[in-house]
Amino acid sequence: MSSAAYETVETDVLVLGAGGAGLRGAIAAAESGARVLVVCKSLLGKAHTVMAEGGVAAALHNVAYQDTWEVHFADTMKGGKLINDWRMAELHAKESPERVLELERWGAVFDRTWQGRIHQRPFGAHTYPRLAHIGDRTGLELIRTLQDRAVHTNGVEVHMEVTVFKLLKADGRIAGALAYRRSDGSLILYRCAALLLASGGAGKMYRVTSNSWESTGDGTALAYDAGAQLRDMEMVQFHPTGMVWPTGVRGILVTEGVRGEGGVLRNKDGERFMERYDHERMELSSRDIVARAINSEVSAGRGSPHGGVFLDITHRKPDYIKRKLPSMYEQFLKLAKVDITKDPMEVAPTIHYAMGGVRVDAETGASTVPGLFAAGEVAGGLHGANRLGGNSLSDLLVFGKRAGEGAAAEATSNSKAAREKLNESEIEDAITALMAPLDRPAGENPYHLQVEIQETMSKYAPIVRDGAGLEVGLQKILQLRERSVVCGTGGSRSLAFNPGWHTATDLHSMLVNAEALLRSALERKESRGAHARSDFSKTDEQLDDVNFIVEKSPDGMAVMPLRRTPLPDYLAQPLHQSYARYTPEERE
Amino acid sequence: MQISDLDLQIWRGDSRGGELISYRVPVREGMVVLDAVLWVQANLASDLAVRWNCKAAKCGSCAAEIDGFPRLLCKSPIAEYGQRVTVGPMKAFPIIKDLVTDVSWNYEVNKQIPPFTPSEKDLTSSEPWRMPQVDVDRVTEFRKCIECFLCQDVCHVLRNHDGKSVFYGPRFMARIASLEMHPRDTLDRRPLLKGKAGVGFCNITKCCTEVCPEHIKITDNAIIPLKERMDDVYFDPIRWALQRLGGGQKRGTR
Repeated sequence: MSSAAYETVETDVLVLGAGGAGLRGAIAAAESGARVLVVCKSLLGKAHTVMAEGGVAAALHNVAYQDTWEVHFADTMKGGKLINDWRMAELHAKESPERVLELERWGAVFDRTWQGRIHQRPFGAHTYPRLAHIGDRTGLELIRTLQDRAVHTNGVEVHMEVTVFKLLKADGRIAGALAYRRSDGSLILYRCAALLLASGGAGKMYRVTSNSWESTGDGTALAYDAGAQLRDMEMVQFHPTGMVWPTGVRGILVTEGVRGEGGVLRNKDGERFMERYDHERMELSSRDIVARAINSEVSAGRGSPHGGVFLDITHRKPDYIKRKLPSMYEQFLKLAKVDITKDPMEVAPTIHYAMGGVRVDAETGASTVPGLFAAGEVAGGLHGANRLGGNSLSDLLVFGKRAGEGAAAEATSNSKAAREKLNESEIEDAITALMAPLDRPAGENPYHLQVEIQETMSKYAPIVRDGAGLEVGLQKILQLRERSVVCGTGGSRSLAFNPGWHTATDLHSMLVNAEALLRSALERKESRGAHARSDFSKTDEQLDDVNFIVEKSPDGMAVMPLRRTPLPDYLAQPLHQSYARYTPEERE
Repeated sequence: MQISDLDLQIWRGDSRGGELISYRVPVREGMVVLDAVLWVQANLASDLAVRWNCKAAKCGSCAAEIDGFPRLLCKSPIAEYGQRVTVGPMKAFPIIKDLVTDVSWNYEVNKQIPPFTPSEKDLTSSEPWRMPQVDVDRVTEFRKCIECFLCQDVCHVLRNHDGKSVFYGPRFMARIASLEMHPRDTLDRRPLLKGKAGVGFCNITKCCTEVCPEHIKITDNAIIPLKERMDDVYFDPIRWALQRLGGGQKRGTR
């Protein structure tokens, strides 16, 4: 098939994704003097950031005066079970307060303390109340503020409902990308001097997930195909509390804010079981621990009628619940017919977040491929083996800005020449591959392949894994890859808004992420954070400073261990110090 | 657990025209209309176009009309309907395909609204801002908006009279209200309200409030106060008389 016509668009910095990291990166790049083009798969303002509920973590010390960046740093490292990029954790803890205050100056509003300062709520594994929030819809506030800021920033343009399917290199560096418009299938060739990936996670490779259709791991797959290194791909987070009933809503997120506001977990016998798993922190333990505890309770037959446990906030006054958790109240009332001010919720773990991703430089977000940058969920390193609640929104702000500036600096240095030298035959081959499913509409149904990927991952890479299962899962994923490269569209040849064709093109990304997860999980022969193995149930201290790197090699996907440089003294000290527990002086 | 079959009638077509097509969908407990639409997409009509993202009523992508009423597909349990449900696209916007409409006009309008503008002093001060919760609560209601544009869809100025050139619509009245009532904003958007935004075109039928999935009282809490603000400057006879006598405040400033 001969190559279809495409439109060419030039820009300095191309940003993939319009969630928090993409928008913050776009603003930063434009303010640094670059021309910026943001490309997103959905409409502007619908990215996954909008789903973030609980808040943004920053050591503002408005509620607990003892809080400092050092404590936030230590919490992040301990929560990540020490395999975090310590420089990222340091920058994140130091800079997040300034990023939150900046957001307020751009028009975001947060709930206040009685003194009129930004209020901060307690959250799992944060030593002190640290999450700036507005009710339980902080993500919406963040994305709307950034969205308005971005569209009113000179030099930022947005292309909505456009999917990028290939990154292009020239002279060994990123110089462009190929994309199609979802509405009519028309093609665009972007020529750029630097590219910022901010495309989010890959939760859609699991059946029960809080993620939307978009989260197919495009960014990690695009980077991998372009030769970039990925890290910590075995680390995916099960959020402890997703809805379980009715089946139609299974997986929808129940914010950790419920536990932050005092919600307790009970099994079917009414026992507050977290006592047995983390006596000290109880419900506000880290997410990996709470998720596994719920899993253990259900496996032991102490679960709720629909295979979860009970989350109870009824001891709080109805008015307080409706004010602090308005969207949870609405969500349960409407979708499950449960009034959470009167009855407990039924919850179980749901796939939520990818800690792993593109390996980046802490200072600039640069990947291992020149001209390619990454920030937000698609980048790996900050969260290590387990992400703390609230650290994602601050991650977006801190590293979105840094990567945006990094990409702009790259684009304004003398590196624009490469974008004129793109390889025509590479472009043609990529377009041919993209269009191929349309030529075989009767091929295997892409939706059904997607479900098979999800079922494979849910069965063979579950919350507690084992070597034999991971091995079987890997073989199944490799077989699914062979089937997916010859799949159809589900029946239609149409280019006009054809989700069957779009789904067929997304399968590749999901399979790269799935394979990277399984291969990395097989290599990590221990249990650490979100990665729990029944055949290696202990944490291996020898692996404290080891990350597993995934890279494309001539023989397929390669996984190799990488030893990190040790923590410098000025960071080791706060990490090993013990901190006074926070006891609230009053109840607001 | 399957309860019974649903006769789901979905409008299929594009700008050249279309029709309702009937699909049989097995119903499971707790299913919402979006689940049924996605089941059809995965099993019976792979090219069925529909927008959706969060499936939890937080992103506002899946706005459509169910049995003629503007609703979010993800927030509409099938149990609330009979054995037969019709789903069509929003009618106030140009159709792209099936349930997907061209809502880009809304994004153009948003660009025309001058953004949040604090005072120079507030902007450059190194002190974090302080504000009371009560001031925050006032704008929180409008900032809950998830931009599903159902209010725009139902607004008769936009829908029946195609008034997109004279009225920004309820969504952007709420947006302007959130800026005007922000405790640190200093800009005066009343000339905009009287002019291009066209707040005067709203005649308070409250249809927008009725369909809002976030229960924002758009008419009562945003549009009416904005009308009053505008009237204060432009249509207050006492102020008008004072201005004629040479005193009073200049128009369009605070």
